Amino acid sequence: MKKDLLKFLFFAVAVMLVPYALEGGYLMNVTVFVGIHTILAVALNLLLGYAGQISLGHAGFFGLGAYTSGVLTATYGWNPWLVMGGASVAIGLIAFVIGFPILKLKGHYLAMATLGLGIIIYIIFNETIDITGGPSGLPGIPYLQIGDVVFDSDLKNYYLVWGITLIVMLLAVNLANSRIGRALRAIHDSEVAARVLGVNARLLKVQIFALSAGICSIAGSLYAHTMTFISPASFGFNFSVELLTMVVIGGLGSVYGSFLGAALLTMLPEFLRFMHDYDIVFYGLLLMLMIMFMPGGLVRGIPDLVRKAAGRKGGA
Amino acid sequence: MLRVAGITQIFGGVTALSGVGFAIEAGKITGIIGPNGAGKTTLFNIITGIYRQTSGQVFLEGKDISGVPAERLAKLGMVRTFQNIELFSKMTVLENVMVGVHSRSFCGVLSCSLKLPWAIAEEGRIRAQARQWLDFAGIGDLADTEAGNLPFGKGRLLEVARAMALNPKIILMDEPAAGLNSHETAGLADLIRTICAQGVTVVLVEHDMELVMDICDRIVVLNLGTKLAEGTPREIQENPEVIAAYLGEDR
Repeated sequence: MKKDLLKFLFFAVAVMLVPYALEGGYLMNVTVFVGIHTILAVALNLLLGYAGQISLGHAGFFGLGAYTSGVLTATYGWNPWLVMGGASVAIGLIAFVIGFPILKLKGHYLAMATLGLGIIIYIIFNETIDITGGPSGLPGIPYLQIGDVVFDSDLKNYYLVWGITLIVMLLAVNLANSRIGRALRAIHDSEVAARVLGVNARLLKVQIFALSAGICSIAGSLYAHTMTFISPASFGFNFSVELLTMVVIGGLGSVYGSFLGAALLTMLPEFLRFMHDYDIVFYGLLLMLMIMFMPGGLVRGIPDLVRKAAGRKGGA
Repeated sequence: MLRVAGITQIFGGVTALSGVGFAIEAGKITGIIGPNGAGKTTLFNIITGIYRQTSGQVFLEGKDISGVPAERLAKLGMVRTFQNIELFSKMTVLENVMVGVHSRSFCGVLSCSLKLPWAIAEEGRIRAQARQWLDFAGIGDLADTEAGNLPFGKGRLLEVARAMALNPKIILMDEPAAGLNSHETAGLADLIRTICAQGVTVVLVEHDMELVMDICDRIVVLNLGTKLAEGTPREIQENPEVIAAYLGEDR
C-alpha cells in the first residue's frame, strides 16, 4: 500500500519536472498529447486489461466527449467545466445502457459490436454537418480558464492535462487494487467461477464499460479545449486501434504500463519524421517485435531485460 | 435444506436427466454417485444456476430457486466447486480467497477508487477473513503464490477455501477427489468432515467409492438420467439394482 503511494508520488514529481527538462520547444506540445492519450489508455485498460473485455470503439467515446464540449462551448457558449463534467456523466450513462446488450457478447463478437458502435459514432460526427461542421471540422473552441488564468499555451495545458491525468491514474490504481479490481480480474480468469462466488459479472462489466467511456469523454473534452479545433478524422477506427496498441504494448492490467504505451506511441512518430512515409514500416516492425519478445508489455518487459542484464554481469 | 423435484434436462434430442427428485438434509454430507453419463454434473449445473433446466424445480430452504442465476445463489448461501478446478490462475492464492469474500463486502466503484476510510477498513477485513480460510484449509503458507503455479492437490484445497469464504449454508463439490493421491484424499475427507461439523451442509458428486462410503451420511444414486436409489451407504452397497448398474447385469 505504502509502496504504491510512493511510486505514484515519484511518478507525479517526475511528470511535474518534465517541462524544465524540455525548456519549451515543440516537444512540449507532444507531451500534452501523451497526457491525453494516457487517460484514454488507462480507461481502456480498465476494461481490457482488468475485466478482459475488448473494445474497438473507444475512439467514439473520446470523440463524443470532444464534440459535446466543442459544440456546447463554441456554438452555445456554455461553461466548459460544467460541460466537461456533464458530458462525462451523460456519456457514461449512454455507455451503461448500450453496455447491457453489447457486453453479453464475448471475444470476436464483442470486438465486432464495439467496432460497429465506434463506426456509427464516427458517421454521426461526419453527417450532422449543421451541428458538428461535418468532415471540415469544428473550429473556435475556447481555451479552458480558471479565474484569470487562460490555458492558452503548451506549458499551461501541460500542467492542466497532466494534473487530471495524474488524478485519473491514482484513482485507477486504487480501483485496480480494491475488491472491484479483484472481481474484474476474477471475471477475466474464469467468469463462471467468479459468478459462483457471487460476483455479478454482467453488471460489473457494464459498470466498468460505462466508467471507461466516461473517462474517455473527459479526455475528449480536454482534447477539444487544448486543440480548439476538432474534426471527425481524429476519432475514427484507426485511433481506436492505436489506443488498443498503446494498452497492449504498455502492458495489460497495468496503469503505469498504459502511460508507457501512450508515451511510446505518441512520441515515436515525432522521432520518425526523417523516415517520411516509411515510418509506418518501422512502426509495424516494432509492434511485431514487441508482441514476440515482450508479450507482457513494456511495463513487464523492461524489468525483465534489466534483470537479465544484471544477471549476466553478476555471472561474469 | 435442498430439494429437487422432477428435474428434466434435454440437450437437443438427448435427455440428460428425466424427472429426478430427492431431498438433502441440513447438516449432513450427501453423496451423489452414478456411472459415467448418469447426469451428475448436469444436475449440479442446474442446482447451482449455471444451466436452466427444461422442467422441474429446485428449492433451497423451501424457497424456489429454479432459474435464479449463480451470482444470486451465492448470496443465498449456496456455493460450489468444479470438477476441473476453476481457479483465478493469474491471481495469488490469497487474492483468490479474497474474491470469495466479495459477495459479503459492499464498497462500490466510487469509494474504492477514492480509497475512502470505510473502503480501506473493509479491504483489511476482507484480507483477514481470507487468511483465516487459507489457514482453515491448511494452505496459509502459500498465500503469495500465484494460483496457476499450485500443484493440483493444493489447488483443490484452495478452491474449497475460496468457497468457504462465502460463509455458505451449503457447499456442493463436483468430484473433489478427482486427480488427488490417496494421501491428499484422506486430507480432503478430514476437511469435508470439519466443514460439516461447522454446520455447513455438504453435497458431493464423487467417483471415489471409498471416500463416498467413508464420509457420506446419505447417498443418492443416479443412472442414465434417473434416480436409481437413495439411502445410507450400507443400504446402497447392498442394493442389487445399484450393483447391477455398476457391474453390469448378470444375464
